[in-house]
Amino acid sequence: MPGGDPEGMVQLLTPAGERVEHPDYDVALEPEELLGLYRDLVLVRRVDTEANALQRQGELGLWAGLLGQEAAQVGSGRALRPQDHAFPTYREHGVAWCRGVDPLGILEIFRGTSHGGWDPVAHRLHPYTLVIAAQLLPAVGCAMGVQRDGAVGTGDPGRDTAVIGYLGDGATSQGEASEALQWAAVFNAPVVIFCQNNQWAISEPVSVQARVPLHRRADGVGVPGVLVDGNDVLACLAVTRAALDRARSGGGPTFVEAYTYRMGAHTTSDDPTRYRSAAEVDVWRAKDPIDRFRRYLESEGLLDEDFTTALEAEAEQLAEHLRAGVRELPEPAPLAMFDHAYAEPHEQVEEEREEFAAYLASFDAAPSGGDPHQQPATVAGRTR
Amino acid sequence: MPTLKQFTLPDAGEGLTEAEIVSWKVKAGDVVAVNDVLVEIETAKSLVELPSPFAGVVAELHVPEGATVDVGTPIVSVDVDPSGAAQQAGSGGSGEGGTDEAGSGAVLVGYGTRTPAARRRRVVRPPHQRTAVPAEPVAVQPDPSAPAQAGPAQAEPAPEPAGEAAGTGVVPERVLAKPPVRKLARDLGVDLAQVRATGPGGTVTREDVLTLANGNGNGNGNGTAPAAAAAPATERARRERERHVPIRGVRRATARAMVESAFSAPHVTVFATVDVTRTMKLVRRLKEDPNFAGVRISPLLIVAKALLVAVRRNPEVNATWDDEAQVIVVKDYVNLGIAAATPRGLLVPNVKDADAMGMRELAEALGELTRTAREGRTSPADTADGTITITNVGVFGIDTGTPILNPGEAAILALGRIAQQPAVHKGKVKPRWLTTLGLSFDHRMVDGELGSRFLADIAAVLEDPARALTWN
Repeated sequence: MPGGDPEGMVQLLTPAGERVEHPDYDVALEPEELLGLYRDLVLVRRVDTEANALQRQGELGLWAGLLGQEAAQVGSGRALRPQDHAFPTYREHGVAWCRGVDPLGILEIFRGTSHGGWDPVAHRLHPYTLVIAAQLLPAVGCAMGVQRDGAVGTGDPGRDTAVIGYLGDGATSQGEASEALQWAAVFNAPVVIFCQNNQWAISEPVSVQARVPLHRRADGVGVPGVLVDGNDVLACLAVTRAALDRARSGGGPTFVEAYTYRMGAHTTSDDPTRYRSAAEVDVWRAKDPIDRFRRYLESEGLLDEDFTTALEAEAEQLAEHLRAGVRELPEPAPLAMFDHAYAEPHEQVEEEREEFAAYLASFDAAPSGGDPHQQPATVAGRTR
Repeated sequence: MPTLKQFTLPDAGEGLTEAEIVSWKVKAGDVVAVNDVLVEIETAKSLVELPSPFAGVVAELHVPEGATVDVGTPIVSVDVDPSGAAQQAGSGGSGEGGTDEAGSGAVLVGYGTRTPAARRRRVVRPPHQRTAVPAEPVAVQPDPSAPAQAGPAQAEPAPEPAGEAAGTGVVPERVLAKPPVRKLARDLGVDLAQVRATGPGGTVTREDVLTLANGNGNGNGNGTAPAAAAAPATERARRERERHVPIRGVRRATARAMVESAFSAPHVTVFATVDVTRTMKLVRRLKEDPNFAGVRISPLLIVAKALLVAVRRNPEVNATWDDEAQVIVVKDYVNLGIAAATPRGLLVPNVKDADAMGMRELAEALGELTRTAREGRTSPADTADGTITITNVGVFGIDTGTPILNPGEAAILALGRIAQQPAVHKGKVKPRWLTTLGLSFDHRMVDGELGSRFLADIAAVLEDPARALTWN
C-alpha cells in the first residue's frame, strides 16, 4: 500500500506536526535555524509553482516539479557543509537552493538556453543530470578523489569533505546505481547516496521495481541503509547529517532512502491521473512536509504573523524575479553549441561548426518565392 | 493607452504541435492576474490548464472551445493597460500591426513564437497569404481590439480573383489542408484550390470542402453559379438557428466506445420482472442497522450484491473476448462498473475487487464512487479495467432498457424503476414492489442459457435475499 508508512522509518515529526523522539537520531536547532528551514521549504515550493506556470505559458520547454519532496531536499541540502559536493538529478531544485544557486539558473536549463545554469565549482553542485542514475558514478569518483586528496578523517571540520549523490526510486533499476554503490563500498568512499523514493518512476510504481525496500539494496554490498521519512525535514536533516559526518570522518558510505511522494506530475509532459488514483494522492496530501512543519512551529509559538507576511512577500518577489528574469535570459548563438563539446580545439567539431554556419547563412541569402520545402543545397548535396 | 498582449498556444508537452481548446475559464472583459487560469486545453498527452502570463483585462478570445489549434497560434489577447486612452483606429489597418507582437514577440511568448514568426523560413510568402490567423466565428464583429487579420479574412465576401496569381507572376502556393481533408476533397471530386479556407493558418477544413461540395460554397473559383452565390445567405440564416456542438472529450469517448461495442459484440437482451418487496424491506432494515450508520443504503446496493452473488455462480459472464489472442479471459475478480451521469457526461467508474467486499464496504465504495462522479473528479484509473456493469436507468423513472455493453465486458445489467404495482402474492392481488431487470450480454461468449440463468439468479436473490444463503 503506497500510502502506509513502512516499518523502521526514522521520523522526528509526525504528519500532525508532533515532535517525537528517535533512539538514534536527533537534531537540536535554534529558533532561527528552524525558521530558516521553513523559509527554505516555502520559497522552494514557490519556485516550483512559478516554474510550472512558466512552462504552461510557453516560457520553458519542460519542468520537473518537486512538489511534495521539499523536506527531503531541504533537509539533506542543509546538512551539507560548504566544502561538500552534491550531484543532483534534474529535480533537486531544493538542493540547488541550499547550495546558493539562483533558481533562475535552473530555469536556463529548462528553457534550453544553457546546459548548466550555475558554476558547479563555486556552488559545489554538479550540473543537473538528465540521464537516469548517470550522476552516481561521478559522485563516487569525486568522493574517491576527495579521499585521495586526504580531505577525509583529519578531524578538521573545515577540511573534511563528503559527497552526496542523489537519485530517485526508478534510478535504482539502472546499472550505474548498483555499480556506484559497489564502488563506494569497496573503496570506503566518503559518499552519501541519497535516494528520494517518491513512489513513482513516471508511471511505474516502486512496487514493481523492487522486491525489497530500497534501502536494503545497500545490505548486499555492505553499506548501511537508512530509511527516513522524506516528508519530515528534521528527520532528513538529522539522518543526512549523521551520514555525512560518518563519511567525512572516514567511516564510509551510507545509503539513505527518503520515503516521500511526488505530488505532481513526473514533468509537465506527464498526466499522473492516467495511472494513479486520486485517493492515493489524498493520503499523501495529509502528510505534506510544509503543513506538518508549520504545525510544529506554531505549536512551539515560533511562527508569528510578521514572519509569515514577510515570507509571503519574499516568495512573491522571488516569483516575480523568475517571471521577469526568464524572459530576459539571453539566447545562445546557434554556433555556441560547438563551444563546449571538447575542452580543446577539435578538428571534426570545427568542420561541423563551419558546415552549420554555412547552412545558417543560406537562409539570409535565399530569395523570395520558390518552394518553401526545398532544403538548402549544403544539406541536400551533402555527401559523406 | 491600452496595450494588447497576445498569449499564443504554448507546447505544454515536449514537441507537441497542437492542442484542443477544451474550455475557457475567462471571457472578454474579465480582469485577470498573473497566473490566473485562462483556459483548459487537451493535448495528445493530457488535460492542462494554462495560467495567464499577463495581468489586465481580457480583450478577446480568438479561438472557440472545441477547436484544435497549432502551437504558436494566438488564442487570447489581454489588455495590460486597460485604463489607458482608446486605441487609435489605425492600428488595426495593417496586416500585423494590431498588436505589439512584432515589437516584442520574443518577450511575450518565448520560444512559442518562433514558428509563427517565420523567422527562419527561407521563403517569404506573398502578402495575401500571410493572414495566417483562424477566421473563427468569434471574430466576426469588427472589434477594434481584435487582431487585425481576423476581420478581413472573415468579412470579405469576395473571393480572390482566380487569375491573380498568374497575373502577378507569383507561383500559386500549395493549398494547405490536412491529409484526411485532401482525401475527402478527392473523394468528392472537389478541387482544393477552389475551396475557401477558413481553418487556422489559412488551412482548408473538412467543413470548407463539404460546403463547396454541397453547392453552398463561396469558392475561390470563377465558375461559381448564380444560385450558389445566393446560397451563403440562406445558409447563414439556417445556421443561426442551429447549435453546432463540437464532438469532443467525454462525448467523443462515449461515441467511440458505443460504436465499438455495438458493432463488434452481438448483443442479446433478456428481461425479468421481479417482486422486490423483500429487497425493499431489507433496505429499510439496513438503514436502521447501527452497523450501517453513516453509509447510503439503496436498492442499487442490494442489486450490486445480488449481481456479485450471481457472478460467483456464473463466472463466465465476467469475461472479456480477446479477439487478437483468440481467448476468452474469464476473470476471478469483479471490478463492478456503475454507469454514472456526471457533469462531464456518461462515465462508468468501477469498484475494484467488489466481489471481495462485505456489504458495508461495498456501500462505502459505491457512495465514494457516486460522490467522485458527481463532483466531476472521476479519474481515468477509476474507469479502467471494469469487468461487468450496472446501469440504473430506474432513477429516471424508466421501466427498463436494452443497454449497450461497456466495451470489453460480457454483460451489463439495467435496473428499472422500482414501483408499487398490483401483483399476485400468496394467491391474492396485493400492492407489491416490482421492477424489471434487463440484461444485455455478448452472445459470442455468453449463450442464451448462461445469460438467462445469470439474470434468473439475480432476480431470485432480489425476490428473496435470504436465498443467497442457501447457495454455495
